[in-house]
Amino acid sequence: MADLVNLTIDGVPVAVPKGTNIVDAAKRIGNDIPVFCYHPKLRQVGMCRMCLVEVGTPRMDPATKQIVKGEDGKPVIAWMPKLQTACTTPVSEGMAVRTQTPQVLAARKDILEFLLTSHPLDCPICDKGGECPLQNLTLAHGPGMSRFEYEAKHHDEKHVPLGDLIYLDRERCIQCSRCIRFQDDLADDHVLQFHERGRNMEIVTLSDPPFNSFFSGNTTDICPVGALTTADFRFKARAWELQGTPSLCTHCPVGCNLTLNTRLETHTGGYEVKRVMPRQNEQVNEIWLCDKGRFVHHFTRAADRLTHPLLRNAGGTLVESTWEAALQRIADRTLGKPITGIAGDRIANEDAYLFAGLLRTVASKGSLISMAPAMATYYADLARAYGVGKDTDFNQLGKGDVILLVNGDLEEAAPVWFLRLRQAVVTRGARLIVANDHTTKMHRYAGQTESYQLGNAANWASTRAAVLAEELKGARHLLIVFSDEKLSTSGVRSLAISLASVLVQSGHAGKSNSGLLPLYPHGNTQGVSDMTSPQPWPDRAEAVWLIGVGEGEGVPQAPFTIVQDLFQTRLAEQADVVLPALSFAEREGTFTSGDRRVQRFYQALPAMGQAMPDWWIVQEVAKRLGATWNYQNTAQIFTEISQHIPAYAGLSYEAISHTEDQWPLVGRGDLYYGGTVYDNTGGLGLRYPADAERADFHADVHLDTPPEVTIEAVQRVRRRLYEDGELIRRSKVLAAHIVNSVTEVPQAA
Amino acid sequence: MDKHVLLRDLDVPNIRELAVYEANEGYAAWRKALGSMKPEQVMGVVKDSGLRGRGGAGFPAGVKWSFLPKDVFPRYVVVNGDESEAGTFKDHELIEFNPHQVIEGVMLTSYAVLASTAYIYLRGEFYAPAKMLQKAIDEAYAAGLLGRNILGTSYSLDIYIHLGAGAYICGEETALLESLEGKLGQPRLRPPFPAAQGLYAKPTVINNIETLANVPPIVLNGAAWYRQFGTEKSPGTKIFCVSGRVNKPGNYELSLGSHTIRELIEMAGGTIDGRPVKGILPAGESAPMLPASALDTKLDYESVQAAGSMLGSASFIILDDTVDVVWAARKMVRFFKHESCGKCTPCREGTYWALRVYDKIVSGNGSLQDIDQLSDIANGMLNKCFCLLGEFATSPILSTIKHFRPEYEQFVREHQGGRADGYRDELIRDHAVHVLPEESITDERP
Repeated sequence: MADLVNLTIDGVPVAVPKGTNIVDAAKRIGNDIPVFCYHPKLRQVGMCRMCLVEVGTPRMDPATKQIVKGEDGKPVIAWMPKLQTACTTPVSEGMAVRTQTPQVLAARKDILEFLLTSHPLDCPICDKGGECPLQNLTLAHGPGMSRFEYEAKHHDEKHVPLGDLIYLDRERCIQCSRCIRFQDDLADDHVLQFHERGRNMEIVTLSDPPFNSFFSGNTTDICPVGALTTADFRFKARAWELQGTPSLCTHCPVGCNLTLNTRLETHTGGYEVKRVMPRQNEQVNEIWLCDKGRFVHHFTRAADRLTHPLLRNAGGTLVESTWEAALQRIADRTLGKPITGIAGDRIANEDAYLFAGLLRTVASKGSLISMAPAMATYYADLARAYGVGKDTDFNQLGKGDVILLVNGDLEEAAPVWFLRLRQAVVTRGARLIVANDHTTKMHRYAGQTESYQLGNAANWASTRAAVLAEELKGARHLLIVFSDEKLSTSGVRSLAISLASVLVQSGHAGKSNSGLLPLYPHGNTQGVSDMTSPQPWPDRAEAVWLIGVGEGEGVPQAPFTIVQDLFQTRLAEQADVVLPALSFAEREGTFTSGDRRVQRFYQALPAMGQAMPDWWIVQEVAKRLGATWNYQNTAQIFTEISQHIPAYAGLSYEAISHTEDQWPLVGRGDLYYGGTVYDNTGGLGLRYPADAERADFHADVHLDTPPEVTIEAVQRVRRRLYEDGELIRRSKVLAAHIVNSVTEVPQAA
Repeated sequence: MDKHVLLRDLDVPNIRELAVYEANEGYAAWRKALGSMKPEQVMGVVKDSGLRGRGGAGFPAGVKWSFLPKDVFPRYVVVNGDESEAGTFKDHELIEFNPHQVIEGVMLTSYAVLASTAYIYLRGEFYAPAKMLQKAIDEAYAAGLLGRNILGTSYSLDIYIHLGAGAYICGEETALLESLEGKLGQPRLRPPFPAAQGLYAKPTVINNIETLANVPPIVLNGAAWYRQFGTEKSPGTKIFCVSGRVNKPGNYELSLGSHTIRELIEMAGGTIDGRPVKGILPAGESAPMLPASALDTKLDYESVQAAGSMLGSASFIILDDTVDVVWAARKMVRFFKHESCGKCTPCREGTYWALRVYDKIVSGNGSLQDIDQLSDIANGMLNKCFCLLGEFATSPILSTIKHFRPEYEQFVREHQGGRADGYRDELIRDHAVHVLPEESITDERP
């Protein structure tokens, strides 16, 4: 590549892209320059002075403008008189860097000694202890003894709530400003600031409510000391007691990669999730999580989890039963009768695949499968056909590209996509067009905004589609983000068709970094749709079987109802059979994100009571209805999925478990570089191609004729991140944030 | 004494009034520039004059102006009147006694770099001078010397005064820009330099008040005229602020390199009671203290540097043999601890730690090892700080220990045992009481 710059670091040659700083360049050859304020994802400030190194450049002859060569024929290096901060110094051709000279080592020791004069050294009771950059770097580079008189230490407040989710310990803070820069530059929530000066300088929150941000938890990951801790994890466990299991977030379409940190609890006798940490995936969430994803995990060990099958007795009450009795009751009541199955959009692909198989091939004729929420039935097929191209990388979106955001609040619906797409616009220069009926945070960055009346997104799109397509022909890439909120079923179908037609007409269909990006309500909406090819909900049925539906509205009435879930929901109260399922943390499986990346999650916790995985329950019923199924695990089911679901052809557990070095390298021994984010050991996942990318693709939907739209009142006005629900309700730490949906009545334009 | 340039009109009664100023060649340079000179010609004259920045760094002003990228507008002129260095009071005097001269300098600079907005940033305590300066600006507007289409030309200029909020760091040019933008006063990373991305990320010229006050006479009389003052490398005159243990503290304008420190002290009436000079601070608290052996050093940038210090803003604080060097060093370290912005580790923590050690010594609890520790702390800070404030903070420590180590040792020995003597009240006032032994703070407090 032409734009590579060659330099040597401690004599080792390295070539890095122009603009790289010395810290990152050294990282490429395994040379860890210690840092506190520098973070590879944040603007560099050069404040902490920990990364000081010797820097030299080839000496130029002022007369000839030629590099002066020494006797050995090598360029003579002119060393700068002072040490330079490696984080703020960009590399240049022929540069030489020394990181191990006595001068550099002494500087590191000096800076650490300075930092420790004010630091309380309360490591034994500090949550960061064991995974603390300051602790680790002190061990590596610092003085062994303090010359500072302990009594003269600067003392300060130790339990400052910066909002209800994050606590600040002012004594531990080393004023690196990583938290401020994250909030200002990436989250665009200007809620933290330095106050006062000198040794009295401190972090304060200026917003009301305080630290008002969906992303506050990330500041605790990148904090290089134990100054910022979450209300959730604070004083709960020591870092070295925790086991880490790769997992996935199921609460929005992003599909953030998580690490579940668990610990054996002596008082309950079982394992618990102690905290949820980001797991690096540069294609999905980089190293970030939203606060919902981080703090909503408490439902996994909620006291009111279903632990036994329940059967309605002769007296009409639900009583605890056994699996054998429950499965037999289902077989007795459904043999020879059609079943309506409804699959919730947070169950695993393997569950949904078997469920669909049962209803299509095992259960009686007339059985059908639908999904919940029903809305996705009307556009997930289009999202699969015209979704983002296989090699799409949001980090590549920038100048010349257009992002069209229609009818959704990106930050509420998919917070981490907000972080990433905002960067594409704000720092890399992509053009953003926003169309909505109300103002959202993304409006701040829009180059063009369009508005329509409440509920009229589809009409707006069908009217504007042809003109937009014409206007956007010149865009390098075109990403169209849309949401189904506030729309009727016909409305969302119409909207998706119109937007797909914009893609096709502007010449962007089936291309990488272009396509539809649906803001699905949950983490596996696409996957469940892919597995089930769902049909619309019937009004009534002879038997209804709900898996992971939660609190669905308008469920078909039936004489016999099975509810399979984590909790005794309102629907379960009415059911004839209630089956306890395992949560995502207690089993294995795969989810497909909103941008069609198929990813694995792993078992982090033992089963809760007698609860079983959904696929096992489905198989046991299938056996009793006459099937000869014998699936041993989800891997076996996935192999079958890859053979029977065309889009998933070529995928395998092995392929989606593949990992490789991701830059910046974080989550390894050098916590001070990237923070406490976990390295990805569970797999990076793979995106399957959109239908439109396939050579044999022919559209079976007529894009030029979007259906007639009926405007109707819908229950939910705006999709909110902290919307009330069965799962979030069980996280006390988020209680103050829960919002209730409000009904508004859209009107025809 | 030399012919005055900056203070030439000091004896003219009411020179601060526009009519009087104009009767004494006031705004003649401005009329000349607008009437017959192109902006680049104004810049050329200043460049040729060799005028060096008077704020401390001594960088050639005209060269600094020429760094502005072409064709990027708007661009700004920002005037640094934060004058917070201890013992510095030249800008204050320039504003208060001849505000129009300052304004004319700002106008000429703005014209030279084609800025249509200029901000004069004054330290928060300059409330009265700011009022005086504003009055003069109002007069200039009323006379058509400022505002839209000045003197019938197509050039327009607005000048605004902004008062700081009391932070020494805001005299550092990038911290000043942050403060002017309404942010916390902390220095910015360079590059980009203000010339490329300064105020509101636009090209910005930022100069000291004294520097710009030189511009009107230079434009009026030419570069060659200006170069008759001073030396080859340091042309022109400079205002020397003299304070401390002298009989006539005040501002003395001299050609650079024309006199020695000894002569400057003589001009300032000699030391009080004719006592021998012990130490010289050539640039307030920021530059290393010089011992009496440096008295014959010439007063120009190069000579003072060769003697082991810096001319900087030329604010000479003279210490005679009645001054306790340990006490003086502690005062200076306390100042830097108080004014450290907190952005970088060595300055934030180093000044805090050093003051703690000084408090220990001054309260009578020090040991000889503490003196070495002070050197260690200062050397730990040296060349590692984000901006010059932290580097300056090492000067009083290192220079006093270098030249007066026996005094430190004597102090530690004499006051061993916890006697605080005359320092006690001061330590209490400075909230350093926690290092004092319990019994010494039980009696009367001020």
